[in-house]
Amino acid sequence: MAEQNESNSLQPHESNEVDITAIAYEKVDQLGAKSFWAQLQGFWVTFSAMFKKPNTVQYPEVKEQTAERFHGRHQLNRHPDGLEKCIGCELCAWACPADAIYVEGADNTPDHQMSPGERYGKVYQINYLRCVFCGLCIEACPTRALTMTNEYELADSTRGKLIFEKDDLLGPLRAGMIPPPHPMYPGMTDTNYYNGDVKEAHPSQETK
Amino acid sequence: MNNADLLLDDPGWIITLKAVIVFAVCVVLTILSVWGERRIVARMQMRVGPNRVGKFGLIQALADGVKLALKEDLIPAAADKIVFVIAPIISVTAAFMAFAVMPLTGPVNFFGEETVMQLTDIPVGVLYVLATASFGVYGIVLAGWSSGSTYPLLGGLRSSAQVISYEIAMGLSLVSVFIYAGSMSTSSIVQAQQETWWYGLVLFPAFVIYAISMVGETNRAPFDLAEAEGELVGGFHTEYSSLKFALFFLAEYINIIAVSALATTLFLGGYHAFPGLGFTEQWLSGWFTLFWFFIKVLFFFFIFVWLRGTLPRLRYDQFMQFGWKVLIPVSLLWILVVATLRLISTSSQSRLVTFGFAGVVVLLVLGVSTAFENSKKKRNSIEHPEAAAPDFAVPSLPSEITTINVSNQGGDRG
Repeated sequence: MAEQNESNSLQPHESNEVDITAIAYEKVDQLGAKSFWAQLQGFWVTFSAMFKKPNTVQYPEVKEQTAERFHGRHQLNRHPDGLEKCIGCELCAWACPADAIYVEGADNTPDHQMSPGERYGKVYQINYLRCVFCGLCIEACPTRALTMTNEYELADSTRGKLIFEKDDLLGPLRAGMIPPPHPMYPGMTDTNYYNGDVKEAHPSQETK
Repeated sequence: MNNADLLLDDPGWIITLKAVIVFAVCVVLTILSVWGERRIVARMQMRVGPNRVGKFGLIQALADGVKLALKEDLIPAAADKIVFVIAPIISVTAAFMAFAVMPLTGPVNFFGEETVMQLTDIPVGVLYVLATASFGVYGIVLAGWSSGSTYPLLGGLRSSAQVISYEIAMGLSLVSVFIYAGSMSTSSIVQAQQETWWYGLVLFPAFVIYAISMVGETNRAPFDLAEAEGELVGGFHTEYSSLKFALFFLAEYINIIAVSALATTLFLGGYHAFPGLGFTEQWLSGWFTLFWFFIKVLFFFFIFVWLRGTLPRLRYDQFMQFGWKVLIPVSLLWILVVATLRLISTSSQSRLVTFGFAGVVVLLVLGVSTAFENSKKKRNSIEHPEAAAPDFAVPSLPSEITTINVSNQGGDRG
């Protein structure tokens, strides 16, 4: 037993078979110094650069348009009649590699209809301390409720302020929209909503 | 009446006032040059540079200074406390002292007193500047040593080795100036240049050697190996913070101004106007010479910044090789040539002998450099034997690839 243990135990690594001194020294060709003229050209590069227009953007005063598909702050979108598109399915939260999204769904009731269909997102939080702006949540969203804006100014002084609630993320009410909760467009199912058949709110949706 | 006589009858209050003015000039120039450097080097890199604090960011350096002063002053536990505190003071004192012998103006009317803007004029003024510069090395080496840490020690040793090496080349390059001016006093050298040409033209090789070694002397790019951030963190001042760091910073910039001022004095005619503009020296009752002096100093400062914006840092061994194997031998040879020329011309030989000797020297230099270039070309042109094909797998060269295997399937655009 003892003998077996000994044979199994780690042996000190044998020194390399190849002796480092046995490797032939190969002379590497150095390019050497550039010619005097080439060096002067280098000086001209920096000198002429002084009279070119700087690339700097004077950021707080001047804001440049981002790329069209820049990944900025998220937005929760609405249907054209004002109902929320989010159905509280949590697919975004599951897709999130950074675990930055927290969703809590709830049932829609006839008195309290937030989105077309059965469910809506009751609690929706995105933690921008964790978010890596990869956009996987956008790809996961089945109703196109979650999209990204080009807004990139996401700095704040406390950690709490960087956890965005549903109110912070919801898109604005546009013309023809009525703030939810309100009933669905008369005669329309949730499928009609997804197909884009609803163009604006119906007077009968107005809640008292 | 030369400068030394003018300075001799200065009353005490003028001397005191001048000392204060020299101090103020150094500090103000430092603040402005830090700003100027950052702006210029930014433009060279297509940036804008500091433009927030004050008009055009002019008082950015002042704001930085206030910030530095308000920071916590750390002394590492392993440091030798007394030496650690003294080192930056030595550095900055030595830097300030060099400015005492710089003639900033010609004779001017200073509060009713005829004098020159020069604190003192000693017969060995230039040697005094070299001495203070060497003295500043103590600050560097002591700072590195007393920090009780590895990087500062290495950085301090590098800096001091560098400064000492380049000081030799610098001192040797100045010898030809002494030979031609017949004096070591700064004001006499300025006067001597007025009688002939600027020494920057007459003694051009010495000027070039001085210009190179002054960059090495001040630890500036491309010779800033002591502060090679990637290798040595901050060099000798790694452990310094707050005001002590500010002192080193100040010393570095005053040193730059001081070597620029020395170059102006010794090679570009000092405070005198450019040739052909001599009438301007009488403007503002002599004070206008101050303008010419600063124009020249700022020209050198611009060269410093330009070098920094253009050249990458040298490797340490290349740098030392350049100093010891190129600059020093060349300046020694140059001294021989200048001394011989001077002897020939003063021993009232005919002009022909002088020109003959100069011609022989030029031909000799050209011959040697051509032979050197030829041997280098020959060495490079020797064909290297083709290496045997390796017996391990190697990726095929791009030129050998004829077909690229691309499948039609896949990709996210169905």
